[in-house]
Amino acid sequence: MSGDEADTADHPVRVVLAKLGLDGHDRGLKVVARMLRDGGCEVIYLGLRQSTESIIAAVEQEDADIIGLSMHNAGHLTLAPKMVKAVADAGLDVSVIVGGIIPDPDVKTLLDAGVAAVLGPGASSDEVVAIARSVSRR
Amino acid sequence: MTDSSGSPSQEWKDAYEASPLREGPFETMSGIPLDAVYGDAEFPGQFPYTRGIHASMYRSRFWTMRMFAGFGTAEDTNARFKELLRAGGTGLSTAFDMPTLMGRDSDDEWALGEVGRAGVAIDTLDDMTDLFADIDLGGVSTSMTINGPAAILFAMYVAVAENSGVDRSRLAGTLQNDVLKEYQAQKEYIFPPRPSMRLVTDVVSFTTEQMPRFNPISISGYHIREAGSTAAEELAFTLANGFAYVEAGVAAGLSVDEFAPRLSFFFNSHIDFFEEIGKFRAARRIWARWLSERYGAVDERSMKCRFHTQTAGVSLTAQQPEVNIARVAMQAMAAVLGGSQSLHTDSYDEALALPSEKAARIALRTQQVVAHESGVASVADPLGGSDYVEWMTNEMERQAEEIFAHLDDIGNGSILEGVYAGIDNGYFVGTIADSSYRFERAVNAGQRIIVGVNDFTDGSDDQTELLQIDQETENIQLKRLAETMQQRNDEIVEESLSVIRRAAADSSTNLVPPLIEAVRARATEGEIVHALTDIFGTYVEAAIV
Repeated sequence: MSGDEADTADHPVRVVLAKLGLDGHDRGLKVVARMLRDGGCEVIYLGLRQSTESIIAAVEQEDADIIGLSMHNAGHLTLAPKMVKAVADAGLDVSVIVGGIIPDPDVKTLLDAGVAAVLGPGASSDEVVAIARSVSRR
Repeated sequence: MTDSSGSPSQEWKDAYEASPLREGPFETMSGIPLDAVYGDAEFPGQFPYTRGIHASMYRSRFWTMRMFAGFGTAEDTNARFKELLRAGGTGLSTAFDMPTLMGRDSDDEWALGEVGRAGVAIDTLDDMTDLFADIDLGGVSTSMTINGPAAILFAMYVAVAENSGVDRSRLAGTLQNDVLKEYQAQKEYIFPPRPSMRLVTDVVSFTTEQMPRFNPISISGYHIREAGSTAAEELAFTLANGFAYVEAGVAAGLSVDEFAPRLSFFFNSHIDFFEEIGKFRAARRIWARWLSERYGAVDERSMKCRFHTQTAGVSLTAQQPEVNIARVAMQAMAAVLGGSQSLHTDSYDEALALPSEKAARIALRTQQVVAHESGVASVADPLGGSDYVEWMTNEMERQAEEIFAHLDDIGNGSILEGVYAGIDNGYFVGTIADSSYRFERAVNAGQRIIVGVNDFTDGSDDQTELLQIDQETENIQLKRLAETMQQRNDEIVEESLSVIRRAAADSSTNLVPPLIEAVRARATEGEIVHALTDIFGTYVEAAIV
């Protein structure tokens, strides 16, 4: 830390974005990547076919505050909690955000399981950036 | 057919009169009799087929109402298939789950949480047998949406049919088997592009010799568009991939007219009505010209761009989902006015979950309203001759030709090499991501209105009944896979996998016959993919935003 207060307050939010598992729908994630970048966040885009291990490794290496996962093939109830557990097991203080096709009843299940926020289809650029800032633990 | 200049095309007239017609009457609901086509400049069924590939178009028969379905176990999907056939569907279309699409068995650690979720889980021939139980494969046509491991699922389909007494020569259907667009848009690749093309051309050669009614590739723009391309990019990338398959088939020793008649296409029908219609019309004209002029086809059937259409899943909104029924109806209408040979209409709940049975039925009913009530099927290419529609058709063609010129250039005179180069250098994924972001920004800025999303947002979102796949599916499938593996003879399986490795290493061997032998021995999809990756390797995409 430099001790410069303004610097610390303005520290950009660092987000690791990934598709966890086999799902190849990456349009939404790429759009979110650009929205966050345009909104002043730093984006580490891992892309397709990531495992919880590869995501954790990226978070540690890049000192990220948020993991953004995109899910479009109904695997979220299994995969998202697995990610949350992997974060806890690694002793990291990192929020997990899930975006994609998440049926309403599952949103609460995911939040109860420790997911910090769920972004539905149609979330605007402002909403995406605001949610990223609000869940960032910096 | 008659016109102000008094010169109907005799050629068209002869072809029309030779066509079988469905029951009419071909008149408006008020009783005004209708000609089969209007205008005198171009005619349907005649080169370059801008106005349609048949002289009589939908007067002979409606498009095939082919509803895409697949979820849970093979038994679950088999029940949905039978329900769709009972409800008047006229062809089957199979959605596989993500592990199956990626060549992984249900017990693979990567399959966790994805078994049977977004499609049906298939591991071995036993699952494929259940999928088509009590359905006469000699009597229906079946489409299978699978790409990376397409040859393996194709081998299973042939084996299931033959076990039920249907000779492979009688099988009708379509295998998507379009690997090129996987590297560009859908991202369900396994092997690198060139060995993947080897598998594709092996299936093309095999069907050319033995399965005259089977379409070995469905060259798909659908996923390119869903990934965010513009209409013209969808058109151009898809047709360029088509040219690439033609060049690959010729390089494998086939003549164009031997296999091009069985190449078929698959387009998206998005929400901008006239742009879509122009795109469909331009697709036919471009394909006809290129096949004739560049690739030297002489058989008319090689020049006819036959295509399936699906309404745009990405245009569906999670907000006020019932409004999607209206979107789908307009998109279905554009597909029909554009001359599609078959159509899948999306269910209104697809932005929320997999289609429920009710939503799937409404989607099919939407097509039936277009076919039987709207009257648009009585006259071929009813919008042809409109200054706007003709202009849009020309504009689509112009934009596509620019892209072909670029690919031809980076491929040094070969579209196939141009497509490989565009995959390697990120041209396709980059172009699509740029177009996608441009669209999202317009929505964000309110320059483009999406009803219920960024305007007209009042109105509570009623809870829609959603289809949910429970964890039990995965357990059932794992048990089933274990049973099959216990009952089979492992030695025969190992030997069949060795044969596959040897065949993969020798590009002069067609891989399809050894694949059929292996699936008969109950080798799993995942085992066969492993045998192939031993020789072919795997593909990893560079992560580019």
